[in-house]
Amino acid sequence: MGAACAYYCATAGLRVSVVERGAIGSGTTSACEGNILVSDKEPGPELDLALLSSRLWRRIGEELVRSTIEYEAKGGVVVAGSPDSADGLRHLTAGQRTTGVDAVDIGPDELFELEPNVTRQAVGGAFYAQDAQVQPVLATAQLLRRARMLGATVHPGTGVTGFVRDGQGAVTGVRTDSADTPVLYAQWVINAAGTWAGQLSELAGAPVPVLPRKGFILVTEPLPRVVRHKVYTAEYVANVASSDAGLETSVVVEGTRAGTVLIGASRERVGFDRSISLPVLRKLAAQAIGVFPFLADVSLLRTYLGFRPYCPDHLPVIGPDPRAPGLLHACGHEGAGIGLAGATGHLLAQHLSGEKPDLDLTPFRPDRFEEATP
Amino acid sequence: MTTSRAERPAALYDIAVLGGGPAGLSAAVAAAAQGSRTVLIDAGPRPGGQYWRHRDGDDGALHHGWSQFRRLRQELAAHPLLDHRAGHSIWHVERTDEGFTTHTTHTGHTSRDGIPRALRSRTVIVATGAYDRQLPFPGWTIPGVFTAGAVQALLKGQGVLAGKRIAVAGTGPFLLPVAAGLVGAGATVVGVFEAGLPTAFGRHPVAALRNLPKLAEGAGYLRTLLKHRVPYRTRTAVIAAHGTDTVTGVTVARLDDQWRIVAGGTREIDCDTVAVGYGFTPQTEIPLQLGCEMMLDADGSLIARVDSRQRSTVDGVYVAGEACGVGGAQLSLIEGELAGLHAAYASNGPSVDRGRLARLVRQRAAQRAFAAAMHQAYPVPDGWQTWLEKDTTVCRCEEVSAGAIREAVDDLGATDPRAVKLYARPGMGLCQGRVCGYATTCLVARANHRQPTADDLRGMAARPVAQPVTLGALAAGADDNGS
Amino acid sequence: MTTPPPGFTFTFDGEPVPARSGQSVAAALIASGRRSWRHTRTEGRPRGVFCGIGVCFDCLVTVNGRPNHRACLVEARPGDTVSTQEGAGHDDLAC
Repeated sequence: MGAACAYYCATAGLRVSVVERGAIGSGTTSACEGNILVSDKEPGPELDLALLSSRLWRRIGEELVRSTIEYEAKGGVVVAGSPDSADGLRHLTAGQRTTGVDAVDIGPDELFELEPNVTRQAVGGAFYAQDAQVQPVLATAQLLRRARMLGATVHPGTGVTGFVRDGQGAVTGVRTDSADTPVLYAQWVINAAGTWAGQLSELAGAPVPVLPRKGFILVTEPLPRVVRHKVYTAEYVANVASSDAGLETSVVVEGTRAGTVLIGASRERVGFDRSISLPVLRKLAAQAIGVFPFLADVSLLRTYLGFRPYCPDHLPVIGPDPRAPGLLHACGHEGAGIGLAGATGHLLAQHLSGEKPDLDLTPFRPDRFEEATP
Repeated sequence: MTTSRAERPAALYDIAVLGGGPAGLSAAVAAAAQGSRTVLIDAGPRPGGQYWRHRDGDDGALHHGWSQFRRLRQELAAHPLLDHRAGHSIWHVERTDEGFTTHTTHTGHTSRDGIPRALRSRTVIVATGAYDRQLPFPGWTIPGVFTAGAVQALLKGQGVLAGKRIAVAGTGPFLLPVAAGLVGAGATVVGVFEAGLPTAFGRHPVAALRNLPKLAEGAGYLRTLLKHRVPYRTRTAVIAAHGTDTVTGVTVARLDDQWRIVAGGTREIDCDTVAVGYGFTPQTEIPLQLGCEMMLDADGSLIARVDSRQRSTVDGVYVAGEACGVGGAQLSLIEGELAGLHAAYASNGPSVDRGRLARLVRQRAAQRAFAAAMHQAYPVPDGWQTWLEKDTTVCRCEEVSAGAIREAVDDLGATDPRAVKLYARPGMGLCQGRVCGYATTCLVARANHRQPTADDLRGMAARPVAQPVTLGALAAGADDNGS
Repeated sequence: MTTPPPGFTFTFDGEPVPARSGQSVAAALIASGRRSWRHTRTEGRPRGVFCGIGVCFDCLVTVNGRPNHRACLVEARPGDTVSTQEGAGHDDLAC
């Protein structure tokens, strides 16, 4: 997210410094699949953001050379396991089509042609041509590389410890824990701290409620191409939008350039608990085998976990914070951070250059949560 | 309050010992003798680990300390409180309310694919040992280049010579028994190329004196090599192997004290096999899975931090042997015994003879001093990085070159090995960085103008799934304490 | 020294290979003069034993149709059909 903001701001001619507590892309970026999806969103402001972002990522892919970020316009396939879920899916795709999503309802024969290894129990599904994927850490590094070429500076291993304010209370920079750059002054500060953006916003005295939603991904041994698209079950969309605090798993399966198959996605609200949960892994494995039976004989190579940054209303926080002039937010994108990063960075750069943003930022405004609580 | 054994669920062991080499055997036998219900879980078909790797019916002629091993093996087979689970590869150890569950896949006569098993215990003793540490060099992926340990395992465990004309290269005292074993079995060893210049015995006379048997052992190997006219060259390394489908020769170079190649000091030697090792890398997956605090050892390895009772920083997790510091079989036996005694006492065992404890602690101090002297005698300075070409493979699994690692640092701004792993994929393959982790860490640290840290190594060593397990086995789950 | 256990054969890429009871597939292949039984996924390079103790996953081989056995760990059995593993060894699944 920070890299996309830096890239678009630097491209717009702004002078940019990036401050990263760890290594580049070491937060949730290194624990996600790099999805650029329109298929998993219901019509609304987030889908508008996703559609814009999908177009922008295609452009980024062309500018940075697709292979350097492993950009793949692979398309998404949603599998319906029962006539009921096929009905629900058709209802969703009809709504999505009205907003510009390229969603095609498919029967079992078309499904098996698109994904020859998928379970023969499936009754049909949907195909989304716009869904794409990047290798998230490479994409981050390449965006920053381009930003550096445009004059940006990057400070890895540098944590923000506080904000600098002027006499009127406006944010004019950050203090860091690095003796090399104890203070960085800036006209604007963008909070793109991912799952830790809530903590950073509190340091700035302008809190936004960004909380962690833990997820595991299973990685298989390397294979030839066995899964062509991003494949998930019709239940996935319901889980993404759900506010249930308990464990939810709805499987997402996809191949990668490197040959491994990635299996997501669990969602748990357990704070920043980094422990491995075998019951969750077992459930993901079982669900993946349900969609692709051949996976039963395939080895699990590793697993990783991360924390999606979510807000209570499941919308990201994007735009200037009226409570702290000079501060902007680009956070709370939950499981869609990579996918929505293109649009988020682009819209903020437009705002900072004095242009009218391509999308209305009102639904994403940072102070909306205070209005909600009486 | 002491619970009688009958009241406890039969399926819960007091102690699970993970690994059946010297440390694990010693720990399991000591713990069972103190009355703890103990299970020894080991991947090998027979106990002994790498050190006492042997064949069915082996008479131990190729082994040191064989009588010690026979005593331990006898106890393992006979003690009523001690179960041995052979052929169990541990892929994950899970913390539970009652202690730990060790998840394995079992391979044996009935299945080669690995049947999922789970063993529950109140305490675990991690005794997972170590494997050869490797440095990449041009040609090291050509068939015929083996680790020194592989050549040794083929000979001791399988009765097979890895080749006919063999170059033994690397650093450390382990090269000597490997070379001596090969000539003893009839191979031609074209030379032992020791990159270091071991002089520490002069600097550490006390440590050396306390360990005269070990030094005598080393001198014995040297005599064997001398008798067979095997050249032993120090400050010399195999810097390249040649051939396409199999090794046909090597380039050997004289090195300076930083292991940079001395101009004019290279020559080609014909051989069909290379046995190479630059010290050892401890297997630390399990302590890492369990969240134990780790540290950097004097030899540059990542190890688990333990206290005087071999306890890690996580309650109920003991570590013995190489996983808490490479020090050889004798140190492993001592640490294993200490871990077994302390873990048994902690799980309601009887008090331990304090004289025995004091003796073990003294022996451990002497062995550790010797190990420290060895680490100082055989350092690995980073001049080896100059042997690499841009296209030299560093990660054998994902075929990642030294150049690709360098680009991840120079072009993409990677500041640590974990970032390089994500950008360029070294350590992302089936071995999960076991082979290239150390070298990648050194390359990335140096490219960032700094020394490797424990965190750097951890970034290449964390393996939540320590062995491949099929998704089908994972999904099925297992509980197998009874059988 | 050690008493030699009884011998048997298995096939490697169709050719008979002698082995002894308890011997690993890798040891029997090496004893028969073979050095490699896998081609890598990316560069198609030959590989055989490297670490010899199950650590490095270089010696992967297909045994009785199932890929990714570590030849250094898997014990040879009479009548086994062992074959060179190409790449990931799962070409049957490719689509």
